[in-house]
Amino acid sequence: MAAGVAAWLPFARAAAIGWMPVANCPMPLAPTEKNKRQDELIILNVSGRRFQTWRTTLERYPDTLLGSTEKEFFFNEDTKEYFFDRDPEVFRCILNFYRTGKLHYPRYECISAYDEELAFYGILPEIIGDCCYEEYKDRKRENAERLMDDNDSENNQEGSMPSLNLRQTMWRAFENPHTSTLALVFYYVTGFFIAVSVITNVVETVPCGTVPGNKELPCGERYAVAFFCLDTACVMIFTVEYLMRLFAAPSRYRFMRSVMSIIDVVAIMPYYIGLVMTNNEDVSGAFVTLRVFRVFRIFKFSRHSQGLRILGYTLKSCASELGFLLFSLTMAIIIFATVMFYAEKGSSASKFTSIPASFWYTIVTMTTLGYGDMVPKTIAGKIFGSICSLSGVLVIALPVPVIVSNFSRIYHQNQRADKRRAQKKARLARIRVAKTGSSSAYLHSKRNGLLNAALELTGSSDDEQHISKSTSLIESQHHHLLHCLEKTTNHEFIDEQLFEQNCMDNSMQNYPSTRSPSLSSNNGGSTSCCSRRNKKTTHLPNSNVPATRLRSMQELSTIHIQCSEQPSLTTSRSSLNMKSEDGLRPNCKTSHLTTAIITIPTPPALTPEGESSPHPTTNISTTCSNIVKVSAL
Amino acid sequence: MLTLEWESEGLQTVGIVVIIFASLKLLHLLGLIDFSEDSVEDEMEIATVRHRPEALELLEAQSKFTKKELQILYRGFKNECPSGIVNEETFKEIYSQFFPQGDSTTYAHFLFNAFDTDHNGSVSFEDFIMGLSILLRGTVQEKLNWAFNLYDINKDGYITKEEMLDIMKAIYDMMGKCTYPVLKEDTPRQHVETFFQKMDKNKDGVVTIDEFIESCQKDENIMRSMQLFENVI
Repeated sequence: MAAGVAAWLPFARAAAIGWMPVANCPMPLAPTEKNKRQDELIILNVSGRRFQTWRTTLERYPDTLLGSTEKEFFFNEDTKEYFFDRDPEVFRCILNFYRTGKLHYPRYECISAYDEELAFYGILPEIIGDCCYEEYKDRKRENAERLMDDNDSENNQEGSMPSLNLRQTMWRAFENPHTSTLALVFYYVTGFFIAVSVITNVVETVPCGTVPGNKELPCGERYAVAFFCLDTACVMIFTVEYLMRLFAAPSRYRFMRSVMSIIDVVAIMPYYIGLVMTNNEDVSGAFVTLRVFRVFRIFKFSRHSQGLRILGYTLKSCASELGFLLFSLTMAIIIFATVMFYAEKGSSASKFTSIPASFWYTIVTMTTLGYGDMVPKTIAGKIFGSICSLSGVLVIALPVPVIVSNFSRIYHQNQRADKRRAQKKARLARIRVAKTGSSSAYLHSKRNGLLNAALELTGSSDDEQHISKSTSLIESQHHHLLHCLEKTTNHEFIDEQLFEQNCMDNSMQNYPSTRSPSLSSNNGGSTSCCSRRNKKTTHLPNSNVPATRLRSMQELSTIHIQCSEQPSLTTSRSSLNMKSEDGLRPNCKTSHLTTAIITIPTPPALTPEGESSPHPTTNISTTCSNIVKVSAL
Repeated sequence: MLTLEWESEGLQTVGIVVIIFASLKLLHLLGLIDFSEDSVEDEMEIATVRHRPEALELLEAQSKFTKKELQILYRGFKNECPSGIVNEETFKEIYSQFFPQGDSTTYAHFLFNAFDTDHNGSVSFEDFIMGLSILLRGTVQEKLNWAFNLYDINKDGYITKEEMLDIMKAIYDMMGKCTYPVLKEDTPRQHVETFFQKMDKNKDGVVTIDEFIESCQKDENIMRSMQLFENVI
């Protein structure tokens, strides 16, 4: 429950009077304030700067230093104030958290100093408000990366790592060529061969000299053997490199799907396909096309160049912007081509034979190339041609700087959007946890209230002290409010798992309906809920006793296994009644002892132990006695 | 000549295009059509309504709270609603924080109407105090009156079965889904029947204020539970 809303709890409780005339059951009694203190001002002296606030403000968050009794350690008797030898600047934010319920992160503050202060005051950083959370996480990540980088460089300088196996060393060598001289040599060798391969592809097509027969031959055909040997050597190196990378990769499947490996494969495939295919005239055309893919070897340089990688990535992330530019250009081209076509329709021997033919003119004019192979001859054509070139300047030249500046913006924005999405999921999860926390807190305290009742029945008062820890008054009042709602509607709150269980149970069991009318006709509305409880217990004697005992044993075992799991309220209550009826006092005692002991350490910060006031127990005991009478019949 | 003919055709094209653009511009000038998709953004009237309550002495005289209690109440109120008034959305939000398992918006709506005595769509601190004064420090008669006012949705002096059914459904909605025993479809209706059996003395299908108060005074449980929240502040 948000602390700021705690101030409205009195109002919500007062409004509960609206349920009273409707309810059929008696209401539980309200928790009383044990010591109703007048709200007093507390002075907090943080390194000389004095802060003052109400005591109740601090007590809104009982699981922090300032909200719990932990602050008593810092109480200074002489000056009657709490002295903290910490940073007063950060304390301002922390005190504001108590006042407003929102924790802010000041931008000028160092992230690790802030974290330390939060840890000192017992506040989790996760509750930083939405306004400051992103900044906080960013700074934290930067800091972590910086520390990690420092660690890494330290490690590298230190020298040999603890023994990695061959695979891991190879992978490290491939990814960071600077780790060892062998890796560096390998790096340069591959780079050299990529360059050689690209140059051979280029030189192959240069015409060098004539063969007797007055035909200009490209070098590739003149020195076919030499070029073939070069090509083979390059491809062998590339193949060996690829296989070695494949072997060393930590996740082979992921490696094979990565862009670089696809480029590698595409670069060396044509050669092998060429080997396999013979000089068949039919397929040689396709073979020639395959050779085009050899130019992809140039992309292998991107492993060697960080800049290329960044460019590729930014182009990819800017794809939407580029796509839009292309789309608007296409629209403009179509419009102008159409207009030019119809304008030039009149002139004779016009090159604008169709609209697609005009596309070429439009593109050339809009990009201000102006080849001059197609020119308009009519006046209208010339007018529109000039409009076209002017608009071309605007359409193309203007967005380019915008796109350039968009690169970095979009790049960061994309990252932030992903971050926000991830954080949103985490935020929703936290909110859900808080919600379930508050509802489970109530169920938890109910169960403890019942345990209190049981222990009172069995007369072991010493264990009661184990269970009844002091809880915040607000929590107990909130639980009382929820209890009143339960009484008004005659239904109880249970958690999801029990609900599903009950749904399944209901389909299997059938309550004895014959008893209930007789019971309910006895008294008026006041005992209808008691009759319901009678219904529960009268059902049980019909079943065999070992079954209930078995269930109770299962309760114990479930408590043992999963400390967070809570036994079904109804079974615990009914078994409670069962046991009191059977008079198996020792059993009762031990079973509740074990549950009591186990529940103490488990409650997380959000769920304080519930403290029930003495009166409801007497109510339960009276109803228990009623039940005993009925079942004795 | 052919070229002349086609040249004139070209000029005709120019003329047509110019006329089209000019007419569009004229219409735009006349304000009949709008070129920009996002029209002029409406000046968002952020109604910063600030409300300052009456003086402390006046409130103390009007309500049954002491000065200190009023101070505590106002501090909490102002903390959550710095503008000094609560509108229905904020009210629903605050109320739903207390009932995380169910949906309390319908009941909060009825509650809001009960607190908003002058029906101006917002609850000021005075309305808040008046309501709380009745609920916490009023006589049993006044409290029952307040409850009757809450149930009587259209404030006509009679509680009909439909009104009661709405209220009942709102209350059961607050329980949520995971309850024991499982909430059935007609549970609220049955509850309404029980209520009317108890309250409607002359069996005319509606409950008047007198019937209501009389029946409640006869019921011990209700009388006792009315005293329950006396020590809330």
